Amino acid sequence: MAYLEFLAEFGSRFLDGSLITVAQFLLSAALAIAIALGFGLLKLARHWVVRGVATLYIELFRGTSLLVQLYWIFFVLPLFGLTLEKFTAGFLAVGMNLGAYGAELVRGAVRSVPKGQWEAAYALSMSPARRMWRIILPQALVIMLPGWGNLLIELLKATALVSLISVTDLMFEAKQVNSTTFLSIQAFGTALVIYYVFARFLLTPAMRRLELSMARRIGKA
Amino acid sequence: MDTLTAYPLKLDGTDVPMVRFMNVTKKYGALTVLENLNLDIAEGEMVSIIGPSGSGKTTVLRMLMLEQINSGVIYVDGRPLTHMNKNGALVPADRRYLRTAREPIGMCFQHFNLFPHMTALQNCMEGPVQVLGLTKREARERSEELLELVGMSEKRDQHPSRLSGGQQQRVAIARALAMRPKVMLFDEVTSALDPEVIGEVTNVIRKLVSEHSLTMLMVTHQMGFARDISDRICFFFGGRIEEQGTPDELFGNPKRERTQQFLSAVKSAD
Repeated sequence: MAYLEFLAEFGSRFLDGSLITVAQFLLSAALAIAIALGFGLLKLARHWVVRGVATLYIELFRGTSLLVQLYWIFFVLPLFGLTLEKFTAGFLAVGMNLGAYGAELVRGAVRSVPKGQWEAAYALSMSPARRMWRIILPQALVIMLPGWGNLLIELLKATALVSLISVTDLMFEAKQVNSTTFLSIQAFGTALVIYYVFARFLLTPAMRRLELSMARRIGKA
Repeated sequence: MDTLTAYPLKLDGTDVPMVRFMNVTKKYGALTVLENLNLDIAEGEMVSIIGPSGSGKTTVLRMLMLEQINSGVIYVDGRPLTHMNKNGALVPADRRYLRTAREPIGMCFQHFNLFPHMTALQNCMEGPVQVLGLTKREARERSEELLELVGMSEKRDQHPSRLSGGQQQRVAIARALAMRPKVMLFDEVTSALDPEVIGEVTNVIRKLVSEHSLTMLMVTHQMGFARDISDRICFFFGGRIEEQGTPDELFGNPKRERTQQFLSAVKSAD
């Protein structure tokens, strides 16, 4: 079967799968960013208990396998009375896992904003919350953006794991097509190319552009 | 902590100093940087602090604005800064009290520390809007006036990265003044500048001294400038005030040997 015929027959399935992958990506990325910001800042808290909570979360989710976490959320939590839709379980697991990595990015970036900036904000009598929001975070964002570009590519690829709990994403469709046609090269080749195009031609340029515009805003470009 | 009831909750009387250090000691770990400092600065007075590095001179400013002290009390405008009133006794201030008590103080830094993501004008408006609660329009008016004062009106929409060191420092002075401080601290504000732009910053400070009744405390290495504009010079050595006096007394006729050594060393380096 020529590849064009293959695409004509299964193209729509790859398209459907890609849309689910995009949805999984967007939702888990949003969750990861929120978690990263929250736990990254908690990790900088003055009180050791608060820091401890953040450390515990980060260690737990960074130190264990994403696949195991996914299975926990989807298969084990129901035993404790918490049943989640597979789609929800999918992006929750990916977002919570990558968010733990992101928290370290946030923490590192906030800490590398020069001390003089903290002191200047303090010298204006700004409250800690205002200082963080108005002065430190905007500068930390510029520092951490390259790291986030990397992390979001990781996150996109990590969403392929949700196919293992039968979320009908790109990887799931590729496996389905493969098992009905045995055209492994075409099926997995197509998936491979689509993931690559997403990462290389959508995500990377978008992040690059964001980096540039942020750098320009603080006058570094 | 020493017995704090010995310190008054408020300084009363006719000649209350704008800033008073009473037996202030500051340590970094085991290292005592300043020991039992007693220093009064009158309202409207311009005091310059000179001395070799490691003598504790910058620490004097940092205790007023950024750091906590180990013992003693600092008063600003008659009110304790480092301590607060609790049931009629002086107790060490918590962070929130310290922050608000420091509102009447403005500070300029050696490395300017302008906010890089804001224009010159936004830098000046930030404090008035976010801390003093002024409207944007009020803050803008005030900031434009001050940028005019420091000669930076034309560059008000530039980000700091587009400004020279001297220009950045002038904006930083305007930013501090926008909070309408009673006391201004200048921490080696010309040390990071190229020689040819030092004048534009010292001229702004000169203008402040002659036209405004601000109380100012300045740490500097520029002896000529300090001599010109100060009411009083404090020479710090080894965490203490070794000698102080009017510029003419201290530069013209230093009494202590260490002062003489320091001044002649500085002179021969010039």
